[in-house]
Amino acid sequence: MPALLEVENLRKVYRAPGGKRGAHELVAVDLLSFQVQAGGSVAIVGESGSGKTTTARLIAGLESPTSGVIRVDGEARKPLPWPRGERAQLARQVQMVYQDPFTSLDPSQTIQACLDEVLRCHFTQDRKERGSRISELLGQCGLDDRHRHRRPRSLSGGERQRAAIARALAAGPQVLILDEAVSALDVSIQAQILNLLASLRDALGLTYVFISHDLGVVRQVSDECIVMHRGAAVESGVTENIFSAPRAAYTRQLLDAIPRPGWAPKRRAADPASL
Amino acid sequence: MNTPAPSRPDGTAPEPPLLDLGGLRVELKIGGLWRTVVQGVSLSLEAAQAVGIVGESGSGKSVTVRSIARLLPRGARVGGEVRFGGEPIWAMSRARLRRFRARDLGIVYQDPRAHVNEMHTIGDFLAEGIRDQPAGERRERSIAALQMTGIHDADRRLMQYPHQLSGGLLQRVMIAAAILPGPRLLLADEPTTALDVTTQSEVMAILGEQRHARRLAMVFITHDLDLAAAVTDTIAVMYAGTIVETGPSATMHERARHPYTAGLLAARPQPTRVASLYTIPGRPIAAYESGPGCVFASRCAYAQPRCLEARPTPRQLGDHLVSCHRAEELQGALHQALERA
Repeated sequence: MPALLEVENLRKVYRAPGGKRGAHELVAVDLLSFQVQAGGSVAIVGESGSGKTTTARLIAGLESPTSGVIRVDGEARKPLPWPRGERAQLARQVQMVYQDPFTSLDPSQTIQACLDEVLRCHFTQDRKERGSRISELLGQCGLDDRHRHRRPRSLSGGERQRAAIARALAAGPQVLILDEAVSALDVSIQAQILNLLASLRDALGLTYVFISHDLGVVRQVSDECIVMHRGAAVESGVTENIFSAPRAAYTRQLLDAIPRPGWAPKRRAADPASL
Repeated sequence: MNTPAPSRPDGTAPEPPLLDLGGLRVELKIGGLWRTVVQGVSLSLEAAQAVGIVGESGSGKSVTVRSIARLLPRGARVGGEVRFGGEPIWAMSRARLRRFRARDLGIVYQDPRAHVNEMHTIGDFLAEGIRDQPAGERRERSIAALQMTGIHDADRRLMQYPHQLSGGLLQRVMIAAAILPGPRLLLADEPTTALDVTTQSEVMAILGEQRHARRLAMVFITHDLDLAAAVTDTIAVMYAGTIVETGPSATMHERARHPYTAGLLAARPQPTRVASLYTIPGRPIAAYESGPGCVFASRCAYAQPRCLEARPTPRQLGDHLVSCHRAEELQGALHQALERA
């Protein structure tokens, strides 16, 4: 069976102005390759500057790769800008949920209007049909009709993130990218959202790309994971194996840095460039 | 914690603790109404000790710490005791308060960039805290402080501006600035939350070394129980503006006595195994949203009618101080829940 999402030799280089020699280059993602089966869940783990969010944005089509190919369902993603007539169809393949729903939801839009806009744009002009689809989406995400007319400001952090997930699902995506989607939540709420994401994946057969710096979260949500460091994958494989027997020194360093009972903070070996 | 210090053999009165909060209550004006955000918070701290205040958003942990530095919004209503070395902080004159903040208190915040002036060099920023010293000495002491926090090329860093430093590096500069005037108490409000895990480990290690060398006491605010357990002596778990449980950090994981503490521990995704996560239903509430009963009753799996009616007072249970009507009878159940998690 071919993979639903295929990333092959992905590379993204930013040109930053500055320095005496003129523009200098920053390699954000360096020859990254991986595959995810339909219904699978892959996590990309890394610290700031590792290139994990750039990878997410490339897959979602928010940026064009410098080189390399991204295929969804066997079909290569087009370079930006997407032709007008194909935008909706390309957007439907991959949807994204961001870390902070406060900035990713429109503050002046009610949750109903927010979902309605996506449904009208992608699917149907029939108002009644949209109304019942909105109820279904809210229900799937643990919200109900009482939340329809609320605006993001009057929702709690967990409810806002549920609304953001509902909006992403409204487009009927095959691949859902979750970019630090639970990182800003309180622990007790984070657990609720993680359980919600697990049940949505089971119920709808979604494919997840989970971007996170939190190894505890990654362990819960992914079947496979890729550890990124300075743009490159230093280790990848089945999540369970990587956590129980990490091979790369950097992966071990990451795992050792997680506070847990009996843990004590440690100074790391000198590596001034990574500070 | 919270037990009176034994009187000395020679009969003199015991020294007051370095920091003493007794029945602290804070009301802030929110949306035109006076709202209680912290209620009945009591804890004390001796020199060189560290206490971790752990809680979710709205638990009142930051407000508690801000009331120690007297950094609450103007007009905030503060009741109860806040004493430093026996001296009531809220009764200090302006001159005394200035001296207290400058000499006795060091503060490290979550977001270093929000607390530096981007137009000043690191050198100017550090020198500001010790401007009563001669100019030559200011530079030397600044360099020494940077080196102590593991910054090797201190000379060069003094000339740089905050935007030229990474988050981890800038947070170390903030720690250097906080300890430079030689304070006795450090307030650390989520100092590593914005940092990568490996950087967090390093920053906490540096902070620990400095505290140890200077016998510096610390109030450490965090949402991360695991982190608090590793770097403090005592943990106080806050919910809805009250402390629901206080106990030794080292054994909090095994011996949590309050259903909220146990819930927090069980809800945390662990890197060591996969499990359907225990969830605490609903969302964290603020102090002014709590009813007459236990603040946690509305979300507690073990709540009974009496929990909704009467507010439990803190009770000593082994080495823990717990505010739960059912703490004794729930020991077994909570222990089992923690074993499973």
